[in-house]
Amino acid sequence: MIFADVGAPTTAAIVERLEQEVDAGTVAADGGAVRDRLIEILAEVASAGKAPIDLSGKPAVLLMVGINGTGKTTTIGKIAWHLSQEFGLSVVLAAGDTFRAAAGEQLEEWAERSGADMIRSKPGGDPGAVAFDAIEAARARGTDVVIVDTAGRLHTQSSLMDELAKVRRVIARQIPDAPHETLISIDATTGQNGLRQAKVFSEAVDVNGVVLTKLDGTAKGGIALAISSELGIPVKLIGTGESLEDLRPFDAEDFARALLAE
Amino acid sequence: MFDQLSERLQATLSEVRSRGKLNEGDVDAAMRDMRLALLEADVNFKVVKSFTATLKERCLGSGVLGSLDPGQQVVKIVDEELTALMGGTGRELAFAQSGPTVILMAGLQGSGKTTACAKLATQLGEAGKSVALAACDVYRPAAVDQLVTVGGEAGAHVYEQGTDRDPVEIADWALDQAREENRDVLIIDTAGRLHVDEDLMAELARIRKRTKPHNVLLVVDAMTGQDAVGVAESFSETAEFDGVVMTKLDGDARGGAALSVKAVTGKPIMFASTGEKLKDFDQFHPDRMASRILGMGDVLSLIEKAEREVDENQALDLQKKLEQDQFTLEDFLQQMQQVRKMGPLSGLIGMLPGMGAMKQLRDADVDEGELDRTEAIILSMTPEERVNPKMIKGSRRRRIANGSGTKIQHVNQLVKQFDQMRKLMRQMMSGQAIDPQQLAQMGQSGGRPPTPKIRRR
Repeated sequence: MIFADVGAPTTAAIVERLEQEVDAGTVAADGGAVRDRLIEILAEVASAGKAPIDLSGKPAVLLMVGINGTGKTTTIGKIAWHLSQEFGLSVVLAAGDTFRAAAGEQLEEWAERSGADMIRSKPGGDPGAVAFDAIEAARARGTDVVIVDTAGRLHTQSSLMDELAKVRRVIARQIPDAPHETLISIDATTGQNGLRQAKVFSEAVDVNGVVLTKLDGTAKGGIALAISSELGIPVKLIGTGESLEDLRPFDAEDFARALLAE
Repeated sequence: MFDQLSERLQATLSEVRSRGKLNEGDVDAAMRDMRLALLEADVNFKVVKSFTATLKERCLGSGVLGSLDPGQQVVKIVDEELTALMGGTGRELAFAQSGPTVILMAGLQGSGKTTACAKLATQLGEAGKSVALAACDVYRPAAVDQLVTVGGEAGAHVYEQGTDRDPVEIADWALDQAREENRDVLIIDTAGRLHVDEDLMAELARIRKRTKPHNVLLVVDAMTGQDAVGVAESFSETAEFDGVVMTKLDGDARGGAALSVKAVTGKPIMFASTGEKLKDFDQFHPDRMASRILGMGDVLSLIEKAEREVDENQALDLQKKLEQDQFTLEDFLQQMQQVRKMGPLSGLIGMLPGMGAMKQLRDADVDEGELDRTEAIILSMTPEERVNPKMIKGSRRRRIANGSGTKIQHVNQLVKQFDQMRKLMRQMMSGQAIDPQQLAQMGQSGGRPPTPKIRRR
């Protein structure tokens, strides 16, 4: 589990629980039974209260946050594609990353591929204003879902985190219970720092789900287990490649099995 | 950078250092602490094991425990081993004898290759080289646009052929162009790829074969966990990289996995990327970083930074003003701006010996907001007021506070502090001469009266 980046505290807690159960006799003390029970416990910890993506809002607003290079824009492209192609929903993308060079162009490409509309501003523009415009546009056109992209930022840069909190406030002012989903993208190769990222972003914008990206490599994304166990934020989606279809709902049991696989 | 790891290691070592005598049990306990600290910092499990084993062996051997200052000896050994772990004295970029020097950048998606390309181009451009970039990421949407934009900001020429050609061909064509146009350096940006993606890894190998780069750099995200080692091993096989660029070191990542890369592949960390701006990119000196992690400071890097940013004439001018007691708020402002050009103060303070360990001091002193406020207040003063702050009374005070968006108290405070500072300076001038170096350090207390003496060890 240490190899999978689960981290010492979470590993210790789970191992202790398993040991107690074996001692109490509720789990037979043979390798197979213990392993099965371990997978059950891992899956339970990883799911942290099952919660599907909430699309009940009209329009439903998704806010995507995370540090640089974790795959926010790519994930948004995939979500938009799934919503429009599989569920037949109309989608507006808000290009809230006004900082990084060509981030808008990148999102535009995804918008085209997935058939979504896009609202953007000039480089260096105010991300809150972009979110505002996107929601206004969605209301005017009767669009089902608004997905707001944001610039990647390290959680240690407090002024950028304040900016993010402001984007969220702008959204909440327009639609009282929005954003209906605030998702943080976490790179599966991330080590123990992932927990800090989730915690600090959560403090700023009240994150309610994790998108675990780049799971198609050899990294197992064990940090998601620590996030779910210590912060109670469940993984909702996983990214497994660079094409539009490579996004799946999170399956806790599969994840638990993969963690223990060699 | 490495703050948490640094704190943990320093705590462990200060415990060791405080003892007059050490026995094997003490060393064992210290090694246990060290092992936990490294694991928490994402250093690879196997690397941690062999690292602490080597340390222990050295600490228990060759009369360390029986020496007069065993604690100091242990610290020295840890410093040496940590330096070795990160890559010894480091490695410099290799430059071509003639024709363009080719640098190939590779790494996983999102590790920061494109940004690192632009930052490296900025640094080489500042060193007087004519730099060009080759846009070989044809997969990620808008990656070419991004390189064109940041490359332009970096003052480098960007060779691109859109996204329809084979990256190998683009790289080859870009190299021809660079030769023809007599560029000193060609940096090749490639698409992010997973080390298990055989097709893309083969493509990388082909780019390498075709362009025969003088330097292949692997870009590694400082936040990477245990997987970093596997990634580095695969890239080492296919791309045979020469060194590592560690990115996102400005976060609070403990950077441990990136440290393991050297241990596993034998390739040192060559550059560290530490911020959003193009100039936030430093050459990585393992020996200096080891000292910094252990709280021994990195004065060499600080001096280099100062030399790069501080204008010598201005500094001499300032020295004269100080000697003649003519230091004004205008000078203070200039001085402050100059120091701030060197980067965030937290970074600078980390380079001073012993400062890293003094957490309170570090947190208390680095209030960039307060510096912004001080700047705003001075900028809201008239030239006369800056020369003679004594004239700032009632309505002037109000006007300055309004102009700078601060409160009257803040203006008062600044004027008072400046007055105290001048008094202190007068004392110093009558006592000992002051050099511009020390002055640069004075600005760091950010509007508060500076400490009059620079402590030396």
